Amino acid sequence: MNDDTTQGKRGEDKGAAEDGAAVFLERDALQTLLALLQSGGYRLVGPQVRDGAIVYETLGGAEQLPRGWHDEQAPGRYRLHYDPASPRLFAWANGPQALKPLVFAPRELLWEAHRDETGNLRFQDCLPSGERIAVIGVRACDLAALALQDAHFLEGPFPDAAYHRRRTGLFLVAVDCSHPAETCFCAATGDGPRVEAGKGAAWDLRLQELEAGFLVEAGSRAGAAYLARLPARAATEAERAAALAQAQAAVARQTRRLPAPGPSAGAPCHDAAGLAGALTARHDHPHWHDVAQRCLACGNCTAVCPTCFCAGDEEVPDLAGTASRHYRQWDSCFTAAHSYIHGIVIRAETRHRYRQWLTHKLDTWHAQYGRSGCVGCGRCITWCPAGIDLTAEAEALVP
Amino acid sequence: MIDIDDSLPETPSRRHPVRSPWLAEIVERREEARDIFTLRLRLCREAARSRYRFQPGQFNMLYLFGVGEVPISIVSDPEDEALLDHTIRVVGRVTRGLAQLRAGDRLGIRGPFGRGWPVQAAEGRDVMVITGGLGCAPSVSVIDYIARRRERFGHLTIMQGVKHHHDLLWRERYEAWGRQPGTTVLLAADQGGPVWPWHVGPVTGLFDQAPVSPGRTVAMLCGPEGMMQAVVRELRARGVADRDIWLSMERNMHCAVGLCGHCQFGPHFVCRNGPVFPLAEIADLFGVRGI
Ligand SMILES: Cc1cc2nc3c(=O)[nH]c(=O)nc-3n(C[C@H](O)[C@H](O)[C@H](O)COP(=O)(O)OP(=O)(O)OC[C@H]3O[C@@H](n4cnc5c(N)ncnc54)[C@H](O)[C@@H]3O)c2cc1C
Ligand code: SF4
Ligand code: SF4
Ligand code: FES
Repeated sequence: MNDDTTQGKRGEDKGAAEDGAAVFLERDALQTLLALLQSGGYRLVGPQVRDGAIVYETLGGAEQLPRGWHDEQAPGRYRLHYDPASPRLFAWANGPQALKPLVFAPRELLWEAHRDETGNLRFQDCLPSGERIAVIGVRACDLAALALQDAHFLEGPFPDAAYHRRRTGLFLVAVDCSHPAETCFCAATGDGPRVEAGKGAAWDLRLQELEAGFLVEAGSRAGAAYLARLPARAATEAERAAALAQAQAAVARQTRRLPAPGPSAGAPCHDAAGLAGALTARHDHPHWHDVAQRCLACGNCTAVCPTCFCAGDEEVPDLAGTASRHYRQWDSCFTAAHSYIHGIVIRAETRHRYRQWLTHKLDTWHAQYGRSGCVGCGRCITWCPAGIDLTAEAEALVP
Repeated sequence: MIDIDDSLPETPSRRHPVRSPWLAEIVERREEARDIFTLRLRLCREAARSRYRFQPGQFNMLYLFGVGEVPISIVSDPEDEALLDHTIRVVGRVTRGLAQLRAGDRLGIRGPFGRGWPVQAAEGRDVMVITGGLGCAPSVSVIDYIARRRERFGHLTIMQGVKHHHDLLWRERYEAWGRQPGTTVLLAADQGGPVWPWHVGPVTGLFDQAPVSPGRTVAMLCGPEGMMQAVVRELRARGVADRDIWLSMERNMHCAVGLCGHCQFGPHFVCRNGPVFPLAEIADLFGVRGI
């Protein structure tokens, strides 16, 4: 079997399956897929319960998946509940992180400088190993966010080599969201809850979880090759109908949305101009003061957001003075250092920083990347200690 | 290291040292004033020299071993490809360390980055270079560029404002530029003194002596944002269009290649879309506090 397709041009053949091509796989057969991926050379990364949250970490096997776990999310609040009677593995909405750390590392070595006795310098680029990772249970919002990170890190004039290497090693097993959280609004942004071909980053396999198992379809040649080796059977009409009803219920459960002013009102804001220009035009709106009274400028929102891309460089010399390492790590526009230029902090007040974050995400992102920078995952709402909800702030600014 | 990951798509970055810097040697160090010095650099490797091309107004990231990188404009002439001059003011960690270096010492360069001054578009037109503050390096590159190609441009007006008369750098250079045909040099100091023969007051006070012809004049501004705002008001009042007013912007920078997000200015990445912008592109942002 040739599963080298993910090594080729990113996603050239992914996400191409036609809807309705799904087959049925018993829940226990998921382990067969995981074992095949492992023997195909992939490290598995998948959701697990750790310290009261569902996080994506190295996965030994299907038994570590969060079977029976459900989440409850609200502004500033995240709780897990265990239901021993539930056979489901993916009956929860996204936790604080998923794909972003796998492609845009929280901290990484970019290069090293070496100095010899004569004072001469030598530079050495440092790149990640090019490890192949299969991610199990990727949600539609994170596929959309991955497409945005691809646009930022790969499609500009200076593509990032480390991101490129990590990205080409990914095999994506996506899953439709059946249990959106109260904070989710991906239906309104047009990014979820269903995983669809041609929307967001391309995927290799797509799962729809039902009570007894999964509907599975392939979105790439590599995905199809794995699917062909699984003990799947044709899906029944009833199974298809159940999946469709579940998808519709997942949409209906979502209540939040971003304002979409102007002629495009009502359209998913990612197809329309959304808030492009609208927040910049309201830079002196009194509401920025209002939100700044509540915002702690902690930067949690930027840390959990799957599209935030800010990073800071840090130089770490060794004690001997012969080598120095140049790192890059996640940064946040909520810090004073982010906008520092000798003696001046440009965004001196919290209202400037919240304004920068929200305006960049919902307004100027359009000019940079052709759509909003928000995929409706709701993470910044859940993980804000002050419970600030960007959809409500946007609504207050652009009623 | 010069070699770039060959699996990456062909882009302008293939000419650049995007990750680790290129090695450069200090050919000469010149003291300009207290805490201001010029480093003349030469790329050490032939392969780097042959790839390196820049425009006035572009900048390099200079890397000091063990301390870090800072954005610094290139002030030498683009036709002197082999030698790259950088005039640096000591303000903090990296610049203080760079000030300790001597001829023969080595450092790293990444660059050139960004959009420079519109020197091609300005050919055949009158140019006003208006600067404020201490030794505004980016403006020197464009003045020198025009001075050496005098016949290609119309009238050149140089307006420089400083706080104290003793802040004026390169007095002889201003005097020499002023002796060139078709060139007017106007200087202003908020606080003059016995040896200050020029205007006392803000740089905007010089406009009464400066001929401006809307449609023909291209203005190039560099300095603190407050000063540039005042100058923009004068230029607009005299009928100069926003597309003919160019400003060199400054923001915090780490990567210089449009990835780290530090230099964002509205939808723009100053490192990549700037640092030089026509006012028409940034009119809704320019002068707004905290953007
Ligand atoms: C496009 C551009 C061109 C420039 N050209 C020149 C020049 O020709 N000559 C010159 O003397 N200075 C120039 N500067 C300013 C120069 O980059 C800063 O003075 C320098 O970064 C200060 O670093 P430091 O470590 O000495 O100071 P610190 O105050 O210790 O700064 C700490 C860090 O903050 C950041 N930082 C601080 N000030 C600035 C700043 N003004 N711009 C960007 N990042 C900053 C840097 O990451 C720096 O390492 C330019 C800045 C920009 C953006
Ligand atoms: S802004 Fe908030 S809801 Fe939107 S993508 Fe980022 S974390 Fe998710
Ligand atoms: S909005 Fe909330 S999460 Fe974001 S910086 Fe402010 S307090 Fe922190
Ligand atoms: S300096 Fe990093 S994006 Fe401009």
